[in-house]
Amino acid sequence: MASHIVSSYEDELKFIVRRISEMGGQAERMLEQAVTALVRGDTALAQSVIADDVILDAAQREVDEKAIMTIGKRQPMAIDLREIVGAIRISSDLERIGDLAKNIAKRVLAVHNHAQPNQLVRGIEHLSELAVDQLKDVLDAYGARDHERAITVRDNDEEIDAVYTSIFRELLTYMMEDPRNITSCTHLLFSAKNIERIGDHATNIAETIFYIKTGQEMEADRPKKDRSATVTQKSLEEAAEGTAG
Amino acid sequence: MDMSRATFEKGPAVSQDKTIKMASKDVTVHYGQKQALNGISLDIKERQVTALIGPSGCGKSTYLRCLNRMNDTIDTAKVDGKILLDGENIYDPDLDVVELRARVGMVFQKPNPFPKSIWENVAYGPKIHGLAKNKDQLEEIVHTSLKRAGLYKEVKDRLDEPGTGLSGGQQQRLCIARAIAVSPEVILMDEPCSALDPIATATVEELIDELKQNFTIVIVTHSMQQAARVSQVTAMFHLGDLAEVGATEKMFSNPDDKRTQDYITGRFG
Repeated sequence: MASHIVSSYEDELKFIVRRISEMGGQAERMLEQAVTALVRGDTALAQSVIADDVILDAAQREVDEKAIMTIGKRQPMAIDLREIVGAIRISSDLERIGDLAKNIAKRVLAVHNHAQPNQLVRGIEHLSELAVDQLKDVLDAYGARDHERAITVRDNDEEIDAVYTSIFRELLTYMMEDPRNITSCTHLLFSAKNIERIGDHATNIAETIFYIKTGQEMEADRPKKDRSATVTQKSLEEAAEGTAG
Repeated sequence: MDMSRATFEKGPAVSQDKTIKMASKDVTVHYGQKQALNGISLDIKERQVTALIGPSGCGKSTYLRCLNRMNDTIDTAKVDGKILLDGENIYDPDLDVVELRARVGMVFQKPNPFPKSIWENVAYGPKIHGLAKNKDQLEEIVHTSLKRAGLYKEVKDRLDEPGTGLSGGQQQRLCIARAIAVSPEVILMDEPCSALDPIATATVEELIDELKQNFTIVIVTHSMQQAARVSQVTAMFHLGDLAEVGATEKMFSNPDDKRTQDYITGRFG
């Protein structure tokens, strides 16, 4: 794309885009560290994740301010307008990702005294690997303005949903087995849910990238595999009988 | 993937079923040896605002001036191709140009009221075209035209004062009142707000919005925001060619042509 005739306009747009990339890196790091802290029961690391959230909050405010100022000053059209509106949306998704990571970190402090069943923690680790990959992919797609890749990211979200649903079932089973598990399992459940939500934010970002690039909205219907909303005790028992029989 | 969905498909749609008021086919214009328009084919639909945009020298004003044969007044200008008004060729040698210009009126960049009273400015057209049977009728035309141009309240107590004594924005609205006094079907506007301040511009834009209920409007503007605000259809001219024409919402949010994209976003072409 050719440069703007007004170079300071070009600089403003570049600044916003660069800020988004930095925010992306920060959000990614926070998620990884929060989950590491959860898996290892590392409260110091958790504390640092909690402290880092303000950086992301400040960056989001800065992007918003710059974006609004640019709209007011330049009255951007077409691709430029989509870039700026896209930046506002993406920065808000990244800020939310930071909040969710921070929330996981807070739970580390609450559960680190309880012994966690190994396979559960591994399940959450796996879930977070998927979410981090999604986040990396979507940020790369943003850097390259690659809307095809954005479609792939959105389609991959169903894997996160499916893993989340299975973790949900497992956690319920543990809680039913022994009520003393309820506290830690609930915290793990929220952590898993947070990671699943992070996947959804990555999907939002993918949709925004598609919009920035093409000016069209992505098709609305996509496969959904988060079935946790429909899980009941009966369905769990039936599933258990199914595997036993 | 369904790529055919419009960006703003839920917004007010541009009516596709409007009648074509003016049709152009392969219109070329030469100024002496120099070709200014390279075969423009463009339909102007009735009772909506069509904006012509493009960099200076792209031919948009030249094209606008073809629509009521204003180019006839330039000796070196030669117009070829066909321009139809309600299906009639306006370049037909038998056609009365004065009558054509009453049907296709024009408002210019710089407000140019006659050095006469406000009343006279508006009454002049209807008088020479014999549109009023008596003085009362003429009086009514003047008042209605000033009202429709949104100027009446401001000038009703000083209709006998010179039109040139009004502010720039008022003068431009006086020129619009003068243009609509002869009941034209089409109004051509050549950068009507470029000499006006933002408030006067807003008043004229509001007026354009109202006028489109009754008139077909073609406006040349250098302000992208103005084109986006007032028009329903936008035509982008570039180096004498029609680069792209389409619904204004689409043109300013997601244009197809790279020249349009570069122009409206302020990039090097």
